[in-house]
Amino acid sequence: MSLSNEMVQEKLIAKFGDQVSQFATSYGMLSFESPKEMNLKVLQFLYDEPSLEFTFLTDICAVNYPNQKGAELVVVYHLHNLKENIRVRYSVSTSLENTDVYTATKLFESANWMERETYDFFGINFVGHPNLKRILNVDEMDYFPLRKEFPLEDQTRIDKDDEMFGRG
Amino acid sequence: MEHNHITLPEGSIEKTTTTLNIGPTHPATHGVFQNIMEVDGERVVSSEQTVGYIHRAFEKLAERRPLYQITTITDRLNYCSSPINNMGWHITCEKFLNIETPKRVDYLRVIIMELARISDHLICNSIVGVDTGAYTGFLYVMQYRELIYEIYEEICGSRLTTNMGRIGGFERNFTNTAFTKLEKFLNEYPKVLKEFESLFTRNRIFMERTQGTGGISAERAMNYGFTGPNLRAAGVDYDVRVHQPYSSYQDFNFTVPVGTTGDNYDRFLVRNAEMWESISIIRQAYEKVQAFKGADAEVFHADVPEYYLPKKEDVYTKMEALIWHFKIIMGEIDLPKGQIYCPVEGGNGELGFYLISDGGRTPFRLHFRRPCFIYYQAYTELIKGGMLSDAVVTMSSLNLIAGELDA
Repeated sequence: MSLSNEMVQEKLIAKFGDQVSQFATSYGMLSFESPKEMNLKVLQFLYDEPSLEFTFLTDICAVNYPNQKGAELVVVYHLHNLKENIRVRYSVSTSLENTDVYTATKLFESANWMERETYDFFGINFVGHPNLKRILNVDEMDYFPLRKEFPLEDQTRIDKDDEMFGRG
Repeated sequence: MEHNHITLPEGSIEKTTTTLNIGPTHPATHGVFQNIMEVDGERVVSSEQTVGYIHRAFEKLAERRPLYQITTITDRLNYCSSPINNMGWHITCEKFLNIETPKRVDYLRVIIMELARISDHLICNSIVGVDTGAYTGFLYVMQYRELIYEIYEEICGSRLTTNMGRIGGFERNFTNTAFTKLEKFLNEYPKVLKEFESLFTRNRIFMERTQGTGGISAERAMNYGFTGPNLRAAGVDYDVRVHQPYSSYQDFNFTVPVGTTGDNYDRFLVRNAEMWESISIIRQAYEKVQAFKGADAEVFHADVPEYYLPKKEDVYTKMEALIWHFKIIMGEIDLPKGQIYCPVEGGNGELGFYLISDGGRTPFRLHFRRPCFIYYQAYTELIKGGMLSDAVVTMSSLNLIAGELDA
């Protein structure tokens, strides 16, 4: 009856073979990866398969690992099976040169704004998204602020007039 | 060619609908929200939301802060119930660092989180009242939010952006005044909530304004990523406190109220019912806290010197405390490597913290799963075809908090 991380892993391997990989469990949550072209197939399988039913999309976000050449950007999906109360973390990685990832909006309405947010901050190009434009930042912005190449302001800079804030 | 200096946009004469711009600042939006609506008479044909007016780049800021400095950022997410955010963040850190908190800390946290939930629901429900034309309830219950804020003040010194607690527990034990005020709240508030309910629940005007407006089915709500009272109003009994208990919620008896239609009226009822449950949880937690005697009654934090700032007196007199104080303040404590996603039941839904550490002193990446950012995208569907005046009520009954939405 109750679904466990191992069962999810077995079913994924039975369906996709070695295309899903990097299975790991941390703090009780199963995580795995696949090539980015596979993302919709995996999400659809997790959604449709009667014994899995990961029908609730908790979150989509991205992470930038500047040292992983060719896989600098990672899109992370958190999925939840509410009946069995089990969560999984699924990620696909993409390079900075070609940031195309298929959109999950046809499967989950909630992915719409989450993907817009991810595009806004990391520049992931969600192919097929109905309205892929910036959501929290201004439209005129020409960079993706959560990538690591955009550092926060240098705290030791001295060229700034901070008199108004009592630091003059 | 006379008087031809006004050029109208193409097609604007033939158009049968009106474009109406509500917000970013508007008395009916209770926060910085912009909606560009197409209305046909008073019916909403379509709408488009613009968000991000108070975006403050929290996720980027968090990448340069040690864990304890991120608490102040979480205050500013859902500022109607900031203690839940604070505790949620601390619970995430504790799970990540494998810190076990004493039971008394858990129970004290439960008291505070449930008080915060009451103040959150109270504001939301009374604002729904205001938007349907009943100001009385709002003004009347405001004094009890004030009392809740006084309790916060007694515990942490501030009221709205509380920055309450530390990793491992609280910065100080609860004072007797705090408990006295809590007792006062437990004695007086149920009567007030009863009166508040009798003002609205069976009020014909209120029912006719809210029933059948802004409704959503359970399937659509789940597909839209609804959580919290809004999802429960649609009939799905998902509550993080039950599904993934944190802070010893498994020790308490409470029911999870659910609705059926997911409309504004059901959302109102669910929030009211949750306030009753919260009162009951606070009573149980207070009893459990009182059961601690002697030295146990003085416990208010876990013993984690690496992350818990020592007492100031100790810093001046004890070597150990001075060292830890220095290390914490200078941010010299490296985090373990790893990733964690930890959710808590916030005032308006599942508030999740996704923390990635690469072994540095600050998070490598921190992502907040903000419930109202996710469910606000359903607003277009909720109000389509309804009256403009109902759209206003729907907006307030969704409990949208701009600070959380825009992070």
